[in-house]
Amino acid sequence: MPLLPEPISDLIHAFQRLPGIGPKTAARLAFYLLRADSDIPEQLAQALLQLKSATSLCPQCFNITLSSRELCEICADPRRDADSLCVVEDPLDVLVLEQTGAFQGRYHVLHGVLSPVEGIGPDKLKIQPLVERVRGGGIREVIIATNPSMEGDATAGYLRQQLAPLGVRLTRLARGLPVGSDLEYADQNTLLRALAGRQEL
Amino acid sequence: MAERERSLRTEGVVLRHSDWGEADRLVILFTREQGKLRAVVKGARKLHSRKAGHMEPFTRVSLMLARGRDFWIVTQAETVDAYLPLREDLVRTASAAYVVELLDRFTYEEGQNLGLYQLLVESLHRLSSVDAPQTVLRFYDLRLLDLLGFRPELYECVRCRQPIQDEDQFFSPQQGGALCPRCGRLEPGLWPLSRRALKMLRFYQRSTYAQVRSAAFSAASHAEMEGVMQAYFTYLLERTLNTPGFLRTVRRGA
Repeated sequence: MPLLPEPISDLIHAFQRLPGIGPKTAARLAFYLLRADSDIPEQLAQALLQLKSATSLCPQCFNITLSSRELCEICADPRRDADSLCVVEDPLDVLVLEQTGAFQGRYHVLHGVLSPVEGIGPDKLKIQPLVERVRGGGIREVIIATNPSMEGDATAGYLRQQLAPLGVRLTRLARGLPVGSDLEYADQNTLLRALAGRQEL
Repeated sequence: MAERERSLRTEGVVLRHSDWGEADRLVILFTREQGKLRAVVKGARKLHSRKAGHMEPFTRVSLMLARGRDFWIVTQAETVDAYLPLREDLVRTASAAYVVELLDRFTYEEGQNLGLYQLLVESLHRLSSVDAPQTVLRFYDLRLLDLLGFRPELYECVRCRQPIQDEDQFFSPQQGGALCPRCGRLEPGLWPLSRRALKMLRFYQRSTYAQVRSAAFSAASHAEMEGVMQAYFTYLLERTLNTPGFLRTVRRGA
């Protein structure tokens, strides 16, 4: 005999499957929604239903977009440079790059990163579509914006293997010391690259 | 453990990492003093983390650890060797991943093993030199098997116990050694082992790294030895490894 009516315990179980939410938080959220004005749970339910059904991946860059669109907003925008392409790991990376407003080209989202130890190989990422997109022509520069980590380096190395024969300019985001950091705590890897990439004052 | 230390000063190699919580990372370390252990690096995914750069996989690092509720917590970290050259080259990166995957699969969190630690550090060091990654990996395979107690028998037939003659043989992953052609015909599921590959296996088993490094074997022998080792590991671990497939993919592109 369950202590709570099923609609509540079902919701608690559903919340518990989310990352970072334990049984106590799940119960607190469920009871909050139970007591809240009915528009809060209704809005949430609407948004959740839309989340999967109304979104899809852009067939060109694989960023997340509305399923009603043929191409995502960036790919469809004629003002964006068609000849430079920025390759990122996740849709969230597109978001932060767009917030800088500094990049005027288009994107390609890999949806992950190569990880030999965890068994994530090239076939699990959107690498083949990228190679075909570059082979299709019209792209002058590919900027690889994977994270500065072992996996990001491995992915960049693999992309170089695949894209270098196609004769495009390949670049990678510079790495160095973050704003507000302390030289004392910098690791060899970062410091060596910061030194190699030093700039005229 | 009866008396549990609150903190630990050690040196180790970062084998793997995964995201943990909001901004933390869980790392699997192989330490000199305590063997394999898991530790949390708090705030490792923040831009200003003082530890993140020192806690990348395949880094040899000097550490201060504090005992947390479930895992150790990394309180200080400083790189001893980042093995930079092996990060620049995809085949070398994949080779380092192979070294790490084998060690991780074969060990439990069971305390100090200096021999394995030494072998790990030496292998990563060799992979960041100009030496052929293939040579480093095959030498690692046989030393690892020795240290784990799975040294393959290459001098007498594992079935009839007669000395192995100078001819083509078979290899049995189940029995961990060579079978003479007479016995090999009687058993299913064996790997053919040519004279050349057997010679190479024996040479790698008895020689020092310096000797192995200056010896030259044909690509065919290398491929055959790699196949036999892979079959043996798959049998011992009861699973296929992730990294050999990845290594083949990146070798094709190199």
